[in-house]
Amino acid sequence: MDDLSRFKQTYFDESAELLAVAEAGLLRLAPGDVDMDEVNAIFRAVHSIKGGGGAFGFNELVAFAHEFETVMDGVRNATIPVTTALVDTLIRANDVLAQMLAYAGEGTDAPPGTTDGTVAALRRHLDAAAHAPEEAVHTPAPAPASAIPPAFPDDEDDEAGIFGDALAAIAAARDEGAPAAGPVPPGKIRWTVVFRPKAELLLSGNEPTFMLRALRRLGEAEIACHLDRLPALRDLDAELLHLHWTVTLIADPEVGRERIDDVFEFVADDCDIRITAEAPLPAVIETAAPPAAETAPALPALTQPAPAAAPAEAAAQPPAAKPAEPAKPRAAGNGSGGEHAGLTSHTIRVDLDKIDRLVNMVGEMVITQAMVAEHVRDLPPGQFQELLEGLEQLAQHTRELRENVMSIRAQPVSSVFSRMPRLVRECAGLTGKEVALVTSGENTEVDKTVVENLVDPLTHMIRNSIDHGLESPDERERVGKPRTGTVHLSAQHRSGRIVIEITDDGRGINRAKVLSKAIEKGLVAPGAALSDEEVDNLIFLPGFSTADQVSNLSGRGVGMDVVRRNISSLGGRIGVYSTPGEGSRFTLSLPLTLAVLDGMVISVGEERFVLPLTNIVESLRPKPEDLHGLVNKCDVMMARGEYVRLVHLHRLFGIPKAIDDATKGLVVLVETEDGSRLGLVVDEILGQQQVVIKSLESNFRRLEGVAAATILGDGRVALILDVAGLREMSRHGGDNPGGPRPASFPATPSLPASAGHDTRQRQTA
Amino acid sequence: MKKKVLTVDDSRTMRDMVTFTLKGAGYDVVEAADGQQAMTAMAAGKVDLVITDLNMPVMDGLTLIRKLRAIPAHRTLPILMLTTEADEKKKAEGRAAGATGWIVKPFNPDKLVSVVQKVCG
Repeated sequence: MDDLSRFKQTYFDESAELLAVAEAGLLRLAPGDVDMDEVNAIFRAVHSIKGGGGAFGFNELVAFAHEFETVMDGVRNATIPVTTALVDTLIRANDVLAQMLAYAGEGTDAPPGTTDGTVAALRRHLDAAAHAPEEAVHTPAPAPASAIPPAFPDDEDDEAGIFGDALAAIAAARDEGAPAAGPVPPGKIRWTVVFRPKAELLLSGNEPTFMLRALRRLGEAEIACHLDRLPALRDLDAELLHLHWTVTLIADPEVGRERIDDVFEFVADDCDIRITAEAPLPAVIETAAPPAAETAPALPALTQPAPAAAPAEAAAQPPAAKPAEPAKPRAAGNGSGGEHAGLTSHTIRVDLDKIDRLVNMVGEMVITQAMVAEHVRDLPPGQFQELLEGLEQLAQHTRELRENVMSIRAQPVSSVFSRMPRLVRECAGLTGKEVALVTSGENTEVDKTVVENLVDPLTHMIRNSIDHGLESPDERERVGKPRTGTVHLSAQHRSGRIVIEITDDGRGINRAKVLSKAIEKGLVAPGAALSDEEVDNLIFLPGFSTADQVSNLSGRGVGMDVVRRNISSLGGRIGVYSTPGEGSRFTLSLPLTLAVLDGMVISVGEERFVLPLTNIVESLRPKPEDLHGLVNKCDVMMARGEYVRLVHLHRLFGIPKAIDDATKGLVVLVETEDGSRLGLVVDEILGQQQVVIKSLESNFRRLEGVAAATILGDGRVALILDVAGLREMSRHGGDNPGGPRPASFPATPSLPASAGHDTRQRQTA
Repeated sequence: MKKKVLTVDDSRTMRDMVTFTLKGAGYDVVEAADGQQAMTAMAAGKVDLVITDLNMPVMDGLTLIRKLRAIPAHRTLPILMLTTEADEKKKAEGRAAGATGWIVKPFNPDKLVSVVQKVCG
């Protein structure tokens, strides 16, 4: 039972949350702007981390948390003034505390000296406050309560204590409501034990409470404490015992008089003990508890050992077995405490694996449901009306179930947003700029994986905004802007996706510089006429990161191309909109979940593919005059006044029996995340469908031009196309009627076969 | 009948530990994360003992104790406070507010059980 180590994980989880709370609070703490609620929250966070740490023996951590807490206490009592230096120290202390927790989590000691510097800094603040000239620092006078002498001595030791007065009051209250002598429960015997120790009992090292506790172990006991012999305080000899007790014990018949006598074995000479027993009414014994009949001689007012002495010996088992019980009441208690279950929180913590299995199962169910729907589609409606209606409902429920299950994985983006104030603070410090971060929409929810993968891109983009976007305070003043630049980070749901925007009111993208860099790096042909938007988008090109950009802040070898790659690997898109002199806005648009995708099913020959709906602009059937063949065997098409490169999927993937002539098939106009367009030549569009994403990499291997796979309603495997990948492939001449089939793609005939195979495997798995 | 203990602490870890320890000792335990929630819990059903942390958001432990003592039905209710150290000032404040006793945390589970048994049986 004393193994509290099982709570370590809870402790670490909670501590991580508390650290975040403390950090958020510390970042808002500024001289002249001290919110006491905030300060209290920080204090409590550190205090709780310390308290829990003590329970697990993380002594170093506790020692450090104590230093931290002491200074926070000073801030709380306004004995330590809030200065920028203090806030810096406290933030550092919070970091060190996080480190200490990490070491504790790993079960290793922190390297010696980990806390030294910070402890010294904390103490400096403490000392400075202690030697502050102002005498007005009013330490609260010793609590007035101590002036009132307690009427009764406290029953205390190092770890705990009970105020004498309170104990006496409670005991008195109990005395009033004296043992209610109701009927004895069937099959039980009620013992009444009056225990009057001599006053000197304690001098023999005996502890009456132990005996009372021992009695309680024998059955259900009610103990009344009598205070009538308690002297007034001035007459009280603390080493003498002035109390006596009446214990009402409801015990099994096996618990004989001997067991009760045993309890008082060592003190029998030092006390006056009267023991009486009552059995239930005989009728009750006969009807309800036949086994008790064996020991039934336990009649009222027994003053001699019960005849059940022998069985009592053997019956030593039940009470001994008691300590094993604790595990059970915990489970049972959960049920009985149910009325208050919602009191502390309406949340439960669930292992992520369990949720993922659930998500997976729901995915499978969606597929199965689609399959069934597919099979019954051809049934004559009149005959199977009820079946069809039932299936319609099933489809509805399945959809709702899936949405609900997906939402379990959803998390507010606040966990990422909350890290940004600190980043901004650091960046501002490094660049000497004044920056205010404004966030909105922190509670917007999105899949956990998306949230987790947002940290790096956002970090990078905010750094960029501050480093490159915002001007120095002086420069801002010169151009008539407030000295403090603003970075606005927002999140919102927009048509089934989450849109995150990072807006700054800085100088905007310097297009001339970007263009000259791009030309210098050979990314753009000299003299090329690019629109403003196109120039802005150059910053996402791989290798664009320029020497000018390298500063100790954002120049860490990671360019915006990496940001774009990260975002697109999440099925997201990134865009930039900039106005010179007014600022820039970066827009990230991400799917809410990575488990399902809204797609358009298309056919090419015998194959089915899924195109993510977000990539699709429109579909059209071109007229012959819209099509233009180019010398390099690349076709283009005039669509809405723009030339668009055509990609014949059947050529790219080597699919037989497909329509080659775009005027006979369809062209699906798609757009990649960077805004460039492609026309995909397909046979037919079969319809829109939400599909469950199955990783191709984990089941097969990565394929160029393919993002993932899915299973369609008819059980066939369809590949989900990666539009950006298709564009890359087509650039390298994959879309070439005479060209070699891309080596990375498996021979097509194997696909339908493997698809069917896969279905069976799935079902048996 | 099992005695019901209300444990009031803003730290989930601490609540979990108190709950586990006391359930193991045969008590029913309900939890509250601050004084306000504790007041609600007290109104919701009979509680035989309150164990409260002192430093909590919304409503702190001492306020909770004072509020409970102001209710006639809870005048003799045992209330233990959890303090981080044997802090004499806090103890005095607790006594003045009407606490029954104190337990220093981190607590030894056996100690907690024995104190709880002393004050509430």
